[in-house]
Amino acid sequence: MTAPSDEVAAKEGVARAPAPARAGSSAAVRDDRGHRLAILAAVIVAFLIPLFARDFLTFQLTQVMVYALAILGLNLLTGFNGQFSLGHSAFYGIGAYTTAIMMSRWGIPYFWTLPAAGAVCFAVGFLFGLPALRLQGLYLALATFALAIAMPQILKFQPLESFTGGVQGLVVDQPDPPFGLPIDADQWLYYFTLAVLLVMFAGAANLVRSRTGRAIMAIRDNPIAAAAMGINTALYKTLTFGVSALYTGIAGALGAIVVQFVAPDSFNFLLSISFLVGLVIGGVGSIPGCLVGGLFVLFVPNIAESVSTGLAGVIYGVILLIVIFVMPAGTAGFARIVFARLLRSPKPEGRSR
Amino acid sequence: MELLLQQVLAGLSTGTIYACMALAVVMIYQAIDHLNFAQGEMAMFSTFIAWQLIQWGLPYWVAFAITVVVSFVAGVLIDRVLFRPIQNAPILSQIVAFIALFSILNSSAGQIWDFTIKSFPTPFGHTALFGSALIDTHEAGMIGVTLGMLGLLYLFFRRTRLGLAMRAAAANPESARLVGIRVGWMTALGWGMAAAIGAVAGMLIAPVVFLEPNMMLGVLLYGFAGAVLGGMTSPGGAVAGGFAVGVIENLAGTFIPYFGRELKLTIALILIVAVLMVRPSGIFGRQAVTRV
Repeated sequence: MTAPSDEVAAKEGVARAPAPARAGSSAAVRDDRGHRLAILAAVIVAFLIPLFARDFLTFQLTQVMVYALAILGLNLLTGFNGQFSLGHSAFYGIGAYTTAIMMSRWGIPYFWTLPAAGAVCFAVGFLFGLPALRLQGLYLALATFALAIAMPQILKFQPLESFTGGVQGLVVDQPDPPFGLPIDADQWLYYFTLAVLLVMFAGAANLVRSRTGRAIMAIRDNPIAAAAMGINTALYKTLTFGVSALYTGIAGALGAIVVQFVAPDSFNFLLSISFLVGLVIGGVGSIPGCLVGGLFVLFVPNIAESVSTGLAGVIYGVILLIVIFVMPAGTAGFARIVFARLLRSPKPEGRSR
Repeated sequence: MELLLQQVLAGLSTGTIYACMALAVVMIYQAIDHLNFAQGEMAMFSTFIAWQLIQWGLPYWVAFAITVVVSFVAGVLIDRVLFRPIQNAPILSQIVAFIALFSILNSSAGQIWDFTIKSFPTPFGHTALFGSALIDTHEAGMIGVTLGMLGLLYLFFRRTRLGLAMRAAAANPESARLVGIRVGWMTALGWGMAAAIGAVAGMLIAPVVFLEPNMMLGVLLYGFAGAVLGGMTSPGGAVAGGFAVGVIENLAGTFIPYFGRELKLTIALILIVAVLMVRPSGIFGRQAVTRV
């Protein structure tokens, strides 16, 4: 399964790979400054929201960030490396359970559990990436799907119950804000998640722009040419699997802390489908798009439910279809087209098309 | 040995369900070149239509025929109305559109016919066969119909001009268009046929798993596993793969001690992945060769 090939920028990056990558034109520099301003504005808005919003909205937005992080993990694998996965619910579940077990069984503070969850998921993802090397498209989809089906069953598995809590799941205590900050626990979690999110997004953006990132995208665009250029495709593909699982695993760890509860059946195959929907709605191969994906995954099913309980699935499906019809390449692709039109509009009318 | 034989027979009878679905999955894959996530829900919806017709007092075979025709037309319409406008969208977007269709069909079936479990009649009866309770006439009938459909499909694709045109349209749309094949209509035809086969599969499966809006989810997933195991390019392989999934699942549950029963689906899937390691395009699938 190949990612959309309209990522012209990515291809240019690949073509330029051997040359020094800092040869950007002045337009690119201006563009970069615009991006930075937009990101700064978004961070300021994100910082102010919990001071004014109701507690429940703060809680929901925290979940949006958790989903966005999980979708970013999937995006690194699918959007940038061209490997398809239906198994990310399993990585999310492994991350969540790592945190839950460390916190509730061993009493380890929540912030130490995140690196541990990330490390465990990286290892699992890397190992899973090895057999995935031989598989492509639907066959890879089946292998990852097997992982998604297996995970809830393994978590429920009797001999492991002393760790996982079996069908009952595990309860996690909500952490209190540190240093006597004058905010409540929900707000603190929001800021904590926001901080993790910013670090992880910055990491992903830098990864994608680095030499490694170009290698990852070159493999997506043309594996044979990439190999001919001396890229170790097997190594990069398994590493991408590991990093992707790490992102989704840390999202799962945050999710466990935010929801304060883990149970086997919340990490089923349908969660993977949600991630996939979020990925496509946000934009395959777009990092900011993941946030839009997170918003969609959390809010649209709720909206559909509030319109009509019986027909919630119909409304959800229709919304999804409309979005795909209007924006076949997701929000990011749509935004790209809109910006291209806006920037081109000052030119003479006759040449606009 | 007795136990082994019994378990293989029981596996074959569950495998029939998967084989039926795997055949429908491969059919639409041949026509449109992707996996249709909504296939199971389309089959479920068709089965509900048949159930409704039977409730209104039509004889089984009349309802059967009407349902197949209605499903065929609905399949063609879904392609023309929903999927043709986004045929140039990225593949992942099209997969999400399948998920949307899934959600719409599942929810509207629940709204129209509600979520209570309904029984569905069988024309074959439920008499035990071979003196054992493991396989009955209905299951034998299912195997027969599945193999019959497979034979007809084989003849259609190998021996008719239309079948050849459909294969050409799926294999190489550009060249097919140049020799005068209407590729768009071939795709629509593929959708119609897949919907009709799905309807037959649904009506055969419903007496075993009972009729309700969520009946197909598990069946589709294992049908998909069977299709991939057999090879997505081979209808015969898909049927064999479907049977294999049923048998493996049953044997793993019986013969692997300790955790076999709890994790039998997991074991089956792990075995399938292991097979794919050796044969990455399925057991009977053709290795796709691309020109660089």
